[in-house]
Amino acid sequence: MGKTLAEKILQAHTEETVKEPGQIVRCNVSMVLANDITAPLAIKSFKAMGADQVFDKDKVALVCDHFTPNKDIDSAEQVKVVREFAHEKNITHYYEGGEVGVEHALLPELGLVGPADIVIGADSHTCTYGGLGAFATGMGSTDIAGGMALGETWFKVPPTIKVEIEGTPGKYMGAKDYILNLIGTIGVSGALYKALEFSGSVVDNLSIEGRMTIANMAIEAGGKVGLFPVDAKTLEYCKAAGRTGDVEMRADADANYERVVKINVTGMKPQIACPHLPDNVKPVDEVKDMQIHQAVIGSCTNGRIEDLREAAAVLKGRKADKNVRLIVLPATPNIWKQALREGLIETFMESGAIVGPATCGPCLGGHMGILAGGERAIATTNRNFKGRMGSLESEVFLSSPAVAAASAITGIITDPEAL
Amino acid sequence: MSIKGTAHRVGAHIDTDAIIPARFLVTTDPDELGANCMEGLEEGWIKRVKKNDIMVADENFGCGSSREHAPISLLGAGIPVVVAKSFARIFYRNGFNMGLILLEVGDDFEKLGDGDQLEVDAEKGEIKNVTTGETITCAPVPPFMKGILDCGGLVEYVKDRLAK
Repeated sequence: MGKTLAEKILQAHTEETVKEPGQIVRCNVSMVLANDITAPLAIKSFKAMGADQVFDKDKVALVCDHFTPNKDIDSAEQVKVVREFAHEKNITHYYEGGEVGVEHALLPELGLVGPADIVIGADSHTCTYGGLGAFATGMGSTDIAGGMALGETWFKVPPTIKVEIEGTPGKYMGAKDYILNLIGTIGVSGALYKALEFSGSVVDNLSIEGRMTIANMAIEAGGKVGLFPVDAKTLEYCKAAGRTGDVEMRADADANYERVVKINVTGMKPQIACPHLPDNVKPVDEVKDMQIHQAVIGSCTNGRIEDLREAAAVLKGRKADKNVRLIVLPATPNIWKQALREGLIETFMESGAIVGPATCGPCLGGHMGILAGGERAIATTNRNFKGRMGSLESEVFLSSPAVAAASAITGIITDPEAL
Repeated sequence: MSIKGTAHRVGAHIDTDAIIPARFLVTTDPDELGANCMEGLEEGWIKRVKKNDIMVADENFGCGSSREHAPISLLGAGIPVVVAKSFARIFYRNGFNMGLILLEVGDDFEKLGDGDQLEVDAEKGEIKNVTTGETITCAPVPPFMKGILDCGGLVEYVKDRLAK
């Protein structure tokens, strides 16, 4: 029997023989990640474990991106804990201040994660790196502390759901619409404990950034990982990020899948996840005209340069509605600089946007864009749980950058085609 | 070990933002996190809970963030056990690591009503509903994870490994 992508990568990192889903295997890890919310707990556990040094100072990344720039004294104290630990353990990849980016945009850009790697992160959206063909998954802080100390962790081999995306997409259709459609189809627990493996002509044609957008939201279907085959495009991206030695990788033709889900994007309209779960997905036509008070373009899902280009193309020469706060957060300093060079920042400013630093802030209701009671936001982020972006009486709708930009202009949820 | 307490029933897909919203994540203190437990579901929810009460949930409990603050806040609130139709993957792992007992009972969660008096025997995997007189059983813990629990949680497990 052949192997799925998940099985292949696990096999490459363990001395045991990967036989079947459900089996528990111990694997070495390529990179261990935590942020300013989860690292302080991991450090507490690391010390309680009696660990002295991290397993490899080059394979631990600590990225202070959630409450930064520090929003209050408590968050500043948390970052201080992380900073001091990083200095004490001589950790190479510590990021804050002007160097920090949203972790899942930053690590791929720096070439720190890539094909066939196993990456564990104390952040549920660590699955983003599946877009590069990495078995990457979120865990809690204590698991991450164990990973930092031992350089290994355990996994239950997941069964895999194969997702085939075919068809001809419309002008404003993209990665975010495909993943929202999938989550709407299989539900927020549709891939619970499982791996998602993406294939099909639409996937082959997608950029690496688009693939990361899709992999990012695997967790919103309950998935452990969202994996893409490693093709020439992946290798080109990794090479540009400074990596060497990566090779192409695909699932075996006779791999065993639990289920195959087919998605046809021909004729599909932009997709919107309505409150209060990411699987409450409807085509934009069914929710258009809903008044919004805030539009957020950014996050580890859609804060990359391609996303900013998409939003700027819609916003160019237009103004955001005066009743809408349009917030644009380029996900890393490099993306910020690139957006500046391309004139995108100017486009955003002229449209009336607040252009902020790279931060996770508003996505999790942390800071820089909290909603009041009765307010409604459209966001390119990944979660619309009740109260996620602020008040329990607020609402979040999830969309692509193009739809968020179009909605900011009109003040109501809008299909960019209709502008 | 037997735990006796009142069941607090919640619905499906209770996410980690409901268990402990992001604004409270500026601390790792179990008491502070416990005082704000379930604040994202309903303001003041914690007021109804007594020590050793038991959370009963529908499917996918703990979906969302990897924040370990979620199981810590439940423990801090005095809730030692969650019984659910199913758990989200990261939360399930975190629960074990933190010493929060998680019992997966499938559709049998329906037999545990809000306010029912329960007796949980985690070793045997049995939940007795004292109010209705019915006993339900839960899925056994996989041997590898039982090994971690037997060590006293992941911290002790890694401590043992490092000492060898």
